[in-house]
Amino acid sequence: MSSQPETAPLVAARGLTKRFGSFTAVDGIDFDVARGEAFGFLGPNGAGKTSTMRMIGCVSPVTDGTLSVLGMDPARDGPLIRARIGVVPQTDILDDELSTLENLIVYGRYFDIPRAESRRRAVDLLEFAQLTDRAETRVQTLSGGMKRRLTIARSLINQPELLLLDEPTTGLDPQARHLLWDRLYALKRRGATLVLTTHYMDEAEQLCDRLVIMDGGRIAAEGSPRELIEHHSTREVLELRFPEMAGEEQRDGHIDAVLADLGDRIEHLAERVILYTDDGEAASIAVHERGLRPESVLVRRSTLEDVFLRLTGRTLID
Amino acid sequence: MTGALRVLEHDLRFYRQTWRGTLTSTFVSPVLFLAALGLGLGTFVDQSGTEVLPGVSYAEFVGPALLMTQAMQAAIFECSYPLMGKFEWRKTFFGILATPVSVGGLFAGEVMWLSFRLAVGAIGFFVALVLFGLVSSPVGVIAIPVAILTGLGFALPMFAFTATITKDEPFALIFRFIQIPLFLFSGTFFPIDQLPPLFAAVAWLTPIANGIYVARAATLGTLDASALPHMAIVMAWVVVGAWVALRQTRRRLVV
Repeated sequence: MSSQPETAPLVAARGLTKRFGSFTAVDGIDFDVARGEAFGFLGPNGAGKTSTMRMIGCVSPVTDGTLSVLGMDPARDGPLIRARIGVVPQTDILDDELSTLENLIVYGRYFDIPRAESRRRAVDLLEFAQLTDRAETRVQTLSGGMKRRLTIARSLINQPELLLLDEPTTGLDPQARHLLWDRLYALKRRGATLVLTTHYMDEAEQLCDRLVIMDGGRIAAEGSPRELIEHHSTREVLELRFPEMAGEEQRDGHIDAVLADLGDRIEHLAERVILYTDDGEAASIAVHERGLRPESVLVRRSTLEDVFLRLTGRTLID
Repeated sequence: MTGALRVLEHDLRFYRQTWRGTLTSTFVSPVLFLAALGLGLGTFVDQSGTEVLPGVSYAEFVGPALLMTQAMQAAIFECSYPLMGKFEWRKTFFGILATPVSVGGLFAGEVMWLSFRLAVGAIGFFVALVLFGLVSSPVGVIAIPVAILTGLGFALPMFAFTATITKDEPFALIFRFIQIPLFLFSGTFFPIDQLPPLFAAVAWLTPIANGIYVARAATLGTLDASALPHMAIVMAWVVVGAWVALRQTRRRLVV
């Protein structure tokens, strides 16, 4: 819309809240998504990511707070907004009995795209999704990765300004994920604005310019992947594996005393001790000098996963 | 309203892919039913006297009723597993609502689709009736829209029900304990006044008994104003059913 300045955020939320009965799924979050940006919602299951996406997609009414998408109000202009966005839902919603090409054409018709134009775009999108040789194949017989690519192709049939992807690569094998990331990169290069949810850290680091970490319906942290790592973790991580020893508490206490001055923070897992430090190599040498004999030693760079686990805890959430 | 047309278009494209599977229920079984019940059983009935029937052969009596029960069965079936797929298993409706189509447009499109589906079955069956020589008046053609409306009188309440469930177990119970009794006792095979008064009163509240009354009058050429209250009951099921179905659909899809 011409009334909308180029610099205005495509999505803006203030105090955005979603409640289902007495359960609060999204608890008053604020965020902005700029045009051309790839923005991620990262969080464990039940963090409120999908609820947030459904509100942005104008299919789930906002309970409280304000939300603007493409400068419009989802409550009033839902159909207008939906006409200009693309949605990749968590599970593929396809017509198994129709061919890949027909799936795209049929979906295009929902956006009032004339049949011939819908077909033309569908052919281009199959090319983009690397499914051209499957144009006449029934969806039923496609692999999981192909279906996912088809769903992404379908979400592009209306040439959306904003693409919402809910866990785009969950359940795919590594080859399929990399191919998908490659396609999403290509979209980004063309200037598309992407909003995605994921619980894969590597995906967030690969794709997102900026992200928020959600936990329990709230935003726990916000920034670029690099900023988040700098802010919430150390440069490097030293992982020490110790075999089972007698008296676990005694062991932990002893190790803590030995390692205390080598890093910012120490974390104990079942058989591993994780030391957050700026110089992993030096710390690892010091560990040996001080007489500790771990079964294995691993020095690695801090990742978003360390930030994530620090902020959302290590307890398993189902 | 374009939304509704797009939804219909989607359903039709899907039907174009799967219509062969519906051929048997739509065209073959009507012929079998008419042959077995109208001609086979009918010969016996006619020989032993038809005082209880309004002075017509048994085939003429039962033919238009089977047209109605077929519409009922198609309606109930179409709003069971296939509709469940759209709400729950395939989540087709959620995909549609991510586009500019509104819940109202989606619902209207589905009603148009159901009407189309019922029309195909009704026309097929009506042709069979004509070929068997069981339509004695041109007015008989009114039985086709009556079949569509009677079907909707079942489809829409069923739509409302399916919108509220996530497991398909209740369908088998509905087929067994609602559809089959209605098929047998709604004036299909014998006049309703043969039933005990209480059962007769219940039968007259259903869309099927009233639909059969009107369709039978139409094909026998005896249609008159007495059909109006019967049509009113059918329409009441359609209108109330549509209202509740739209409400339940919105409740299911907009969360």
